[in-house]
Amino acid sequence: MEKNSGSTNLGGNANRSGSINSSDGANLSGSANIIELKHVTKRYDDNGFVAVNDFNLEVKRGEFVTFLGPSGCGKTTTLRMIAGFDIPTSGEILLNGKSITSLPPYERPINTVFQRYALFPHMNIFDNIAFGLRQKKMAKDVIEHKVKRMLTLVDLEGFENRSVATLSGGQQQRIAIARALVNEPEILLLDEPLGALDLKMRQEMQIELKAMHDKLGITFIYVTHDQEEALTMSDKIVVMSEGQIQQIGTPEDVYNEPKNAFVADFIGESNIFSGIMTGKLRTRFCGGEFVCVDDVPEGTHITAVIRPEDVELTTPEQGMIRAVVTSVIFKGMHYEITMQSGKNEIVARSTRAANVGDRVGIRVEPDGIHIMIAEDHTNTFLVDINKDYRLEYNGKLLHASLTKLIKGGKRQEDGSIVDGNGEVIDINRLRIQASIQPEDIEMTDNQEEGLVQGNISNLIYLGEHYLYIIHTDDLEQDFAVYDEDLWNMGDRVGLIMPTEKMTFTIKK
Amino acid sequence: MRFSRKNLGIPYAVFLLLFVLMPLAVLFYYAFTNGSGQFTLMNFIGFFTNPNTLGTLVYSFAVAFVTTVVCVLLAYPLAYILASSKIRAKSAVVMLFVLPMWINFSLRITALKEVLIFIEGNLAMYPFTNTVIGMTYDFLPFMILPIYTSISRLDHSLLEAAQDLGANEREAFFKVTLPLSMPGVMSGVSMVFLPAMTNYVVLDMLYNSTYIMGSLIGSYFAAYYWHGGSMIALILLLIICIFTLLTDSDETGDVRGGTIL
Repeated sequence: MEKNSGSTNLGGNANRSGSINSSDGANLSGSANIIELKHVTKRYDDNGFVAVNDFNLEVKRGEFVTFLGPSGCGKTTTLRMIAGFDIPTSGEILLNGKSITSLPPYERPINTVFQRYALFPHMNIFDNIAFGLRQKKMAKDVIEHKVKRMLTLVDLEGFENRSVATLSGGQQQRIAIARALVNEPEILLLDEPLGALDLKMRQEMQIELKAMHDKLGITFIYVTHDQEEALTMSDKIVVMSEGQIQQIGTPEDVYNEPKNAFVADFIGESNIFSGIMTGKLRTRFCGGEFVCVDDVPEGTHITAVIRPEDVELTTPEQGMIRAVVTSVIFKGMHYEITMQSGKNEIVARSTRAANVGDRVGIRVEPDGIHIMIAEDHTNTFLVDINKDYRLEYNGKLLHASLTKLIKGGKRQEDGSIVDGNGEVIDINRLRIQASIQPEDIEMTDNQEEGLVQGNISNLIYLGEHYLYIIHTDDLEQDFAVYDEDLWNMGDRVGLIMPTEKMTFTIKK
Repeated sequence: MRFSRKNLGIPYAVFLLLFVLMPLAVLFYYAFTNGSGQFTLMNFIGFFTNPNTLGTLVYSFAVAFVTTVVCVLLAYPLAYILASSKIRAKSAVVMLFVLPMWINFSLRITALKEVLIFIEGNLAMYPFTNTVIGMTYDFLPFMILPIYTSISRLDHSLLEAAQDLGANEREAFFKVTLPLSMPGVMSGVSMVFLPAMTNYVVLDMLYNSTYIMGSLIGSYFAAYYWHGGSMIALILLLIICIFTLLTDSDETGDVRGGTIL
């Protein structure tokens, strides 16, 4: 049975072969769900914060499942509810089909490896590992035998009489795993167990944990914010954000077929653009026309995700879009090349170096473009902040208040803006995104009247109205506009975009 | 002359010499000499053959022991409840229990005396009980604080780990919380037991009694019998040394939980 324990290299090879799918099928066939979470929600009484919202998950016996997400996404809370330290506000947790929702932790056949190990400092290693067995009132010689076997498993034979304080972080980690595993739990929960270890140690432990999982056949539920760790070890990854499941899938699934922009952004590095389908297997984003493999109806607004390793640098003439190289960083196996195309930033990984300032073309093979259907046709674009701390776009002032956007912001006498903490905001670091609906933009022949000018590059009939894609000249930004009148392809128009119809948000 | 940081230590060295080492030397000298300045062990033998001094020692020990036990029994549950409760003004509540320490000592004991007389009529009826009550009242904050500190510093995940491994709340308390809060208890014990053995103000103010180690020494010195008094002081010092060594030996190098105001 082949598992993906070996390769942690995400850089070089984008389309990893799908071997895990087939082997997993064999691995899990005939096994039932060991644990099921049904509509589990956790709301904290004191502040009403919803940590986990309508969480649904089925875990098969023997699976290695990882909860992956940024801190505060609810992954640890979910784990704690499975362990029994937190009780869900609503919903059900079933273990082997029976509800354990409100069972106290000491009555669940589930054990936990804690984030900071939580070894008992007043006991030696033997007593730490034997704690659970003694709770079960096992015979002395049985306990001794089991503890010895566990110490062998985690490769720490002869450590019985050592005190916890004399152990290194990695050793404490192993003891914590041994202390949990010795109870032969049905499920082992691991709460960011490798977070406190250094990189080399972490990589070693990843492989060891995975090997342990394969050997023991116990179901592992693993929490991490490290996407590489999740991809390396898991059979199934649950990507979470803000208390909600974003995607459940195999490592290949979430890496190659991210369901939404959050997953794409969180798992590996991505270029994410919003665009529109302009024909069968044809899409437009970033000011260029691309061929893709996802069959999405014409006129659909989409989000396109391109992994940096799928971005190809060519001569300006050969590229689908043109860009200027703004930075080149040597990363060992490859160069990370950042390019600017109008307002869009594109990151590529290449084994060949480029020079800052090079004019290049960008090509992406059809299978390197992952298309996700966007909810609507909202146009989003980054606006500038000028030195008077006013918002502007395309060199024109926007009549919108920057002060109101910043929490506790105040405009000082010299025009600068201070935030709630009284610090002057840094206009170079602040990125403001504006969005406007296609129906709120008006096209005009009088180009100077518009906020931006461009040519109609696409025209799609949507039944009640036409959808136009206007390609702006040097901003390299496409705008989607609804209009009931018929305009001609290639027409040069100005776009009137009322500031009051725009919404502004601060990007991180 | 170059100024070195070592020079800063000179005042302290002088202080130690004058007020610690010299008095100790004097104490030893007096304890092992007689009135004419000759070496003798008579003071030592005298202490253990005199029923009055020996009786005082036993009585003081009993008072200190019972006081310490009562203090632990009162302070531990209180400290535990306070430390594990979720109330926001925790430290304010702790302050309330510590507050009496800031009120003048003799005023407190006088007030206590009046209360006890009001309840019992004649204090002489229960001298031992009243002494323990007085001492407990006096020393309780010294027991609460270190225990409270050690319980609140306890890593909560240890309790979760115990529960995770099959211990219910009660078992988790006895297997994790209690042993891990022992440094705080020991710290409290040494802050209550030792002073309770020598504290004569409580007895003095309640009964005008001198039936405790501290006042025994005082009474020897008042009678200008330096040699006997020094020997008692030395024996007390020895007892304290032994006691401190005993309570320290079972520490695992943990930080003592002793926040004193």
